[in-house]
Amino acid sequence: MKILMMFLLTTMITTLLMTISFWLPQTSPNAEKMSPFECGFDPLGSARLPFSLRFFLVAILFLLFDLEIALLLPTPWAINNLNPETTLLLTYLIISILTLGLIYEWYQGGLEWAE
Amino acid sequence: MQNLLNYIINPLMLIIPILVAVAFLTLLERKLLGYMQQRKGPNLTGPMGLLQPIADGVKLFIKEPIRPTSSSTTLFIIMPTMALMLALMAWTPMPMPTPMSDMNIGLLFILTLSSLTVYSILWSGWASNSKYALLGALRAVAQTISYEVTLTLILLSTIMLVGNFSLSTLITTQEPIWLAAPTWPLMMMWYISTLAETNRAPFDLTEGESELVSGFNVEYAAGPFALFFLAEYTNILMMNTLSCMLFFNSSNTQKEIYPMLLMTKICLLTIGFLWVRASYPRFRYDQLMHLTWKNFLPLTLALLLWYISITVSTASTPPLL
Repeated sequence: MKILMMFLLTTMITTLLMTISFWLPQTSPNAEKMSPFECGFDPLGSARLPFSLRFFLVAILFLLFDLEIALLLPTPWAINNLNPETTLLLTYLIISILTLGLIYEWYQGGLEWAE
Repeated sequence: MQNLLNYIINPLMLIIPILVAVAFLTLLERKLLGYMQQRKGPNLTGPMGLLQPIADGVKLFIKEPIRPTSSSTTLFIIMPTMALMLALMAWTPMPMPTPMSDMNIGLLFILTLSSLTVYSILWSGWASNSKYALLGALRAVAQTISYEVTLTLILLSTIMLVGNFSLSTLITTQEPIWLAAPTWPLMMMWYISTLAETNRAPFDLTEGESELVSGFNVEYAAGPFALFFLAEYTNILMMNTLSCMLFFNSSNTQKEIYPMLLMTKICLLTIGFLWVRASYPRFRYDQLMHLTWKNFLPLTLALLLWYISITVSTASTPPLL
């Protein structure tokens, strides 16, 4: 309930600030002012331009690592099992897979930026 | 009356002081950077420039906001709102010393919200429909998600000594000693990662003035820009509070002194952020990526293994709560 109220209140306050910032000032728009910023030039071409594949690769890497970390999240509870050896074994397994993935990525040059 | 206090006044008494603190943090930053560069910083508005943040706020909110014609208007307007909302929400489970809401997965809640900040950066950059904004957003997103992997791993290793993801348990755990002592390598990596996570200097490649003007928020002016600015500084304070909670939590003090001590520690860590900004030149992008993927990630993986093994093998697992 408190989380919900916090959510509602933060949303209300930020929306209020946003409304004020569009309602309070005088605006006098013109075509030049409203064009996307490009160091004083008229924008050339679309801005939804293709980007470096490196960034995409980083996103994919992050996805893989974060997924496997998500598997590790319950370990604080799991090490209180009756036989923590099983937990330990499984954790070792997951961390080994993560490390092997990292090593593979490193050897394949996935972590290098433009040389 | 009880409900009003509980559900309206209480959250407001958390949100408003945070916003005020953020306002004065900007003044502190300008003052500190000023003195570190042998100049005075703002000192004309009010006594010793104390009213400067208020003047800045008023200026930002009466300036003309710009909505570029080629931008996707809805996303463009919603994103700054979302950024600030997420930054404020993340304070909900912080025990100072009594939390707004005592969640048993408070740390995960904070982690989730700070991950969602990525969306506000990405979408605002994309919705601006400007090349600079898009490139800045891409850089910021790649940097933030890379450092998030390390942050999560560090958090997980620390949690191995704590036992669950509740922030209140962190206070109990650190009764004998600060967690900074047994986990100092983690603490140092954590501090650097938080610097990168909040896009601060020397990792502020997202706004690299020399090539990208201002990064993902080039197209934002006045009010919407102010919201992004507030969100950024709220995140800095939030991250530093989290660092204090994780590594420097003092628990054997009276409840009345606790907030004072906590705030002092947060201030010191934040001043550390500003000091770093005044002292170090900006990283190169490949260095930034190598630091997290090639140095921090292998190290934290090894340390996670170490902290899991050491608690189990010495039969010193934290109690199950």
